[in-house]
Amino acid sequence: MTLSPLSRKVLAGLTFGVLALIYLPLLVVVANSVNPSQSMTWPPRGVTFDWWERAAHSSGVREALVTSLQVAAIATLFALVLGTLLALALQRYSFFGKSSVNLLVILPIALPGVVTGIALNNGFKGILGVDLSIWTIVIAHATFCIVTVFNNVQARLRRLGTSLEEASSDLGAGVLTTFRLVTLPQLRSALLAGGMLAFALSFDEIIVTTFTAGNGANTLPIWILNNMFRPNQAPVVNVVAVVLIVFSILPVWLAQRLSSDVEAAR
Amino acid sequence: MSVTSQVPDARNDQAPAPALRGPVARPGSRLLHRMVWLRLSLLLSAPLAWMLLVYVVALAALLITSLWSVDSLSSEIDRSWTLDNFRTLAENEVYRNVALRTVGVAVAVTVIDVAIALPIAFYMAKVATPRARRMLVVAVLTPLWASYLVKVFSWRVVLSEGGLAEWTGLGSPGYGLTAVVITQAYIWLPYVILPIFAALERVPDSLLEAAGDLGAPTGMVLRSIVMPLLVPGIVAGAIFSFSLTMGDYITVNIVGGANQMLGNLIFINAGAANNLPLAAAIAMIPIAVMVVLLTAIRRTGALENM
Repeated sequence: MTLSPLSRKVLAGLTFGVLALIYLPLLVVVANSVNPSQSMTWPPRGVTFDWWERAAHSSGVREALVTSLQVAAIATLFALVLGTLLALALQRYSFFGKSSVNLLVILPIALPGVVTGIALNNGFKGILGVDLSIWTIVIAHATFCIVTVFNNVQARLRRLGTSLEEASSDLGAGVLTTFRLVTLPQLRSALLAGGMLAFALSFDEIIVTTFTAGNGANTLPIWILNNMFRPNQAPVVNVVAVVLIVFSILPVWLAQRLSSDVEAAR
Repeated sequence: MSVTSQVPDARNDQAPAPALRGPVARPGSRLLHRMVWLRLSLLLSAPLAWMLLVYVVALAALLITSLWSVDSLSSEIDRSWTLDNFRTLAENEVYRNVALRTVGVAVAVTVIDVAIALPIAFYMAKVATPRARRMLVVAVLTPLWASYLVKVFSWRVVLSEGGLAEWTGLGSPGYGLTAVVITQAYIWLPYVILPIFAALERVPDSLLEAAGDLGAPTGMVLRSIVMPLLVPGIVAGAIFSFSLTMGDYITVNIVGGANQMLGNLIFINAGAANNLPLAAAIAMIPIAVMVVLLTAIRRTGALENM
């Protein structure tokens, strides 16, 4: 199959055009964080750091940031343990119902967000009679973060094969020793990458969070949602949005670096 | 981290062990070694219990709750079986309209995304140089992880009065369903590009060359060789954008003006309106749509590519 130079150019133009469009709104948000106009009219006339200062001194923003970090850290921890166990079970063993378990793991992200949200909301409030709190957010987030760790670890296990583990066991190492000294070290970067993706996923999740957050447990996205429609808060929301962009892109960029380092070392 | 640097370490630590312990490892370890099912159940029990207790039980409870009702006087949940909620859904026009609107928006977003993703994924996988390909993948992946809320917010800013859209002269459609479709198509586009790109990467170049050498024109190669191989990738991407759009009610809040989607009705009933059973019943609509879709699609094998 040969593509004419013209169609190559059209394809390239389309690809780079769409990519530019993908980044444009994000750049607008970044630019608006220093836009002196409170209603964010375009183009900005001048540069100001007043909004950044206001955001830095806002106790609401600070509390929301701390809550978000706590939730993401604990949910990631749960997801790391549970996702790794699942990946080991599904990649190294075959058993009845394996494909159902596989489906079960992707279900929380495959089903629409409101479904997961209302199911957990109803489970906590209607069935268990538990008050919504920061912990209900953590449980909800961990449930849909498992899949990112699971995917990363499973992909790594598949590439590793079993020969090293078999060698270790033939040399007399027990099951746990083999895991600790042979399997785990080889999983390290996959765990780090999966963990960072889980962290980023939790850090900016909003739909399930609105259903599972109690009063007073505001994550950063919920704070944005509550303040977005207040005209005098809009510029501060913009600054927080820039912070969120940095916080969610940085872990992914690091995760990317990690997995590409592994590729390069092979 | 590489295999070569790890293995000698492991061996050094382990070197005396076989000689000392021989085949007589600790009893617990020996038991684990012999009993495959024991190892498996130790691995599976915690995550499976979590998923079952937290998620499956919650979904089942949701179904049950949808068959309950709320006492209008005490506003407590009345735990006796009734189909009243579903009768309300069937008879009240509002629910039908909102359900149709939600599915309509989801279909529109999915069609737009697949149409944009196909040429881009093709360029990435088959035309770009390997170096450019790696950069493009990162460029597509990065905004996927940028905060969802920020992306919606950024479109609110772009489409606002006096915002970028008006400034460019293209004009803004204003806040409404068009803005919702634009924003959603924007947000979920990377989720559609990536599975199609992955499917295209698995199509060997030699296959395309062979078809060309045998005289097939480009259009025919694309139609009868590339497209059939892409179906699982397209289906996976379409499921993502469809499901994610159906489950979203924040976007319509932010750029949708006065419009509502199913998620809004669920949220209002679960919260302010204090009618969990009705909220649960409304949630059965997207669940039913997704179950029908996923069972129909399971046969194509697309679910393995997620």
